[in-house]
Formats: sequence, structure tokens, C-alpha cells
Amino acid sequence: MNRPELPAARGLLSEAVLAFLRGELLGLAVAEEAEAADPWGEDLQLALYCCYELHYRGFADVPDDLEWNPDLLGARAGMERAFLAALRAEVPDGDAAKSDAAKSDAAELADVIDALLVEPVDAHGVSHHLRRDGEVWQVREYVAHRSLYHLKEADPQAWVIARLDGPAKAALVTVEHDEYGGGDPARMHAHLFAEMMRSLDLDATYGAYLDAAPAPVLAEVNLMSLCGLHRSLRGALVGQFATVELTSSPGSDRIVRAMRRLGLPEQAVEFYAEHVEADAVHEQLVRRGVIAPMVAAEPELARDIVFGIRASTLLADRTDAMLLRSWGSGRSALRRPLADSPA
Amino acid sequence: MTPPRRHGTPDLVFTDDGPLLVRGPVVVELPDGSRVRSDRPVSALCLCRRTRRPPFCDTSHRRKVREGER
Ligand code: FES
Ligand SMILES: [Fe+2]
Ligand SMILES: [Fe+2]
Repeated sequence: MNRPELPAARGLLSEAVLAFLRGELLGLAVAEEAEAADPWGEDLQLALYCCYELHYRGFADVPDDLEWNPDLLGARAGMERAFLAALRAEVPDGDAAKSDAAKSDAAELADVIDALLVEPVDAHGVSHHLRRDGEVWQVREYVAHRSLYHLKEADPQAWVIARLDGPAKAALVTVEHDEYGGGDPARMHAHLFAEMMRSLDLDATYGAYLDAAPAPVLAEVNLMSLCGLHRSLRGALVGQFATVELTSSPGSDRIVRAMRRLGLPEQAVEFYAEHVEADAVHEQLVRRGVIAPMVAAEPELARDIVFGIRASTLLADRTDAMLLRSWGSGRSALRRPLADSPA
Repeated sequence: MTPPRRHGTPDLVFTDDGPLLVRGPVVVELPDGSRVRSDRPVSALCLCRRTRRPPFCDTSHRRKVREGER
């Protein structure tokens, strides 16, 4: 299995974590740095991303055992506290967040889900922009950004399986099975994504765009890893998964249309075309099969699911804003622009 | 009181908002006689007739709103 190279540091915190991973330090004590760092910033998000990557594929020339190194776990915990606190500050929890304080958590969850199921006709997210007047270099940049997640697509959500039971577990595994190609490795979504990258002349190597990816993109993957690795955040993980599955189908359709309008090859279109159809099913399975029985069995999880939905929506909006801001001023959104990106 | 009759997990589920969910791989024949196969563990067949990928649901059944009236 191909293991990515360590990225370049983006500040004191990531420099310390990377030096420790390279074996240059005997111990790692970064509690103060983690507290002082901007929780949304490049330094903390990259350092946290590297801690999490040890649980996926690890890095070239980094011992596998470091995955459970107590110093690294301690550093990770400090960064997670900072990241979660920043998320909780932006995404108010519990009664404070409700339109009506008397509303039950289950009713709040139902409303939050309903809001994801309507199609705003005059929205202006990245997929709307790409469909209307996106350019080829922007599609390529978009795909490079998304590769941080999609080359490990469905992996962070697989961690939650052992934390579910009964019908919710069976339904989540049904969705995951489809994400992993239903037994056909050529249909695995991560594989379809890699094929799309190759047909767009991008580097499909796992981790190839880590150095290029800015903090908002890392934060989206970090949220999934955070919620996937903590049983206490299993409700939030399901909320995050639901957000993706509920919103992906129409968004994928807009990207299909963008790619067709730009005359991009059919192998490129296939990934998003597959998601139009697959996620129309996954939406139903996640709502009816996963969330409904989960909340029936453990009503106290409704709040966490709402938090997961709001947190992932917030992070997706931040990435959208970052991309549109850069592109709007004619700049690349990547830290390392592609060959055809404007500088 | 007699308990309600229990059945296994349904193979077909009519949703209240959109598609018909069908369990297992299916071959569907369209009105023009052409056939489409879905190997998914569950497929969603469009009942609203608005899909652009018949016979499968593509979420075109969703309610459209102007931003602000969400
Ligand atoms: S039922 Fe979903 S598009 Fe028709
Ligand atoms: Fe997928
Ligand atoms: Fe999906």
C-alpha cells in the first residue's frame, strides 16, 4: 500500500509533530502551542491531520507503531480540544441553538434534516458556480482539494460501525458496502475518484495534494476523523455522514453538468454521475435506516447528530467561501497552484 | 390482544417523499422495452417522474425554494 510522504510544516506546532514523526525528537510536548494556535489555522489543522493519518495509511518512513504513541495521542487530544471548542463556539449546542427552546431534540433534528432536503434555486455554492461558469482549471482545483477526502472515501465512517447496533448498523453497512463498490474494487468510490483525477491529468497518488490543501479542506477531513475515532462523538459522525449523503446528489449533478459543458472526458464525469444516483439511495438509507432507529434507541443522540450536521455544514460553507473568494479574484485556491492555475 | 403479524425486512419500501426503495440487484424494464440493471444493495426507483435518470431517483422530487424561505 502506497504511503504518503510527510508534508512540509506550516508553523511551530506542525513542525514539532513532523519532527517527532521523523524521529528527530525524543518526546513531544506541545500543549501550550496547541492552546495558542488558531484552531482554524494552517498550522493546527495540518498537525492534527498528520496525527490522524497514522490511523489510515501512515506515512513513508514513519514507524507504524507511532499510531498509539502516548506523546502523539496527548498532542492530538490538545488539538482536538481546541478544534472542538472552536466548532462548539460557532455551532451552538442544545437549547440555545433552537428556534424554540421548548422544541424537543428529536423535533429539532427533524427540522435540521428537512432543511437539507429542499433545493434552493438561487444558491451560489461552488457546485452552482462550476455549473454556471466554472472553468477547467477550477474543476481541476476542486477535484484536487476534494482528493484529501475522496481518496479515503467512506473510511472515517467505517469506524462507527462497531459503535452501532441492530438496524442502524445494518443500514450503515449497506451504504458503506455501496461506497466500497458492492464488492467490485473497480466500482469503489475512492477508485472512481482516482480514475477521475487521472483523466483530468491530476496526480491520483494518495496524499499527493496534502501540501497543496489549505486549512478549510483539512478541517473537513479532520472533523470526520475526530468523530470517527471517538465513540463519544458517534452521533456527530452519523450527522456528518448524513450531511454528505443528503446534499451530495443535487451537488454532484451540477458538477456532472459543469464537466459536460466543459467537454471533459466521460471517465471524469463517472464519479459524480455515480453519486447522483447512489446518494439518492444513500439519503433514504441514512435517514430511515440509520438515524431513525438510532434516535429511537438512544434519544439523547439526537443532539449530537444535530451538532454533526451543523458542524459539517459550517466547514463545507467555509471551504466553499474560500474557493469562491480565491477564484473570484482570479487566484488559485491551492497552496501550490496546478500547472494551469493562475498564480 | 393478538400481537401484530410480523414480516421480515421489506423488499420494497414506498417512501413518503419520493422514490420506491427496492432491495437487491434488479433489472428494470422501461416503457420503450429497454432494460436497466442496478447492482446496488438497494435501489431507488423514481415515482415522481421528474428524474433525469429514469428509472432511478435523482432527488429531482425535492421541493425547490428561494434562499431565505428555507
Ligand atoms: S422520486 Fe426522486 S426523482 Fe422522482
Ligand atoms: Fe460515495
Ligand atoms: Fe454516498
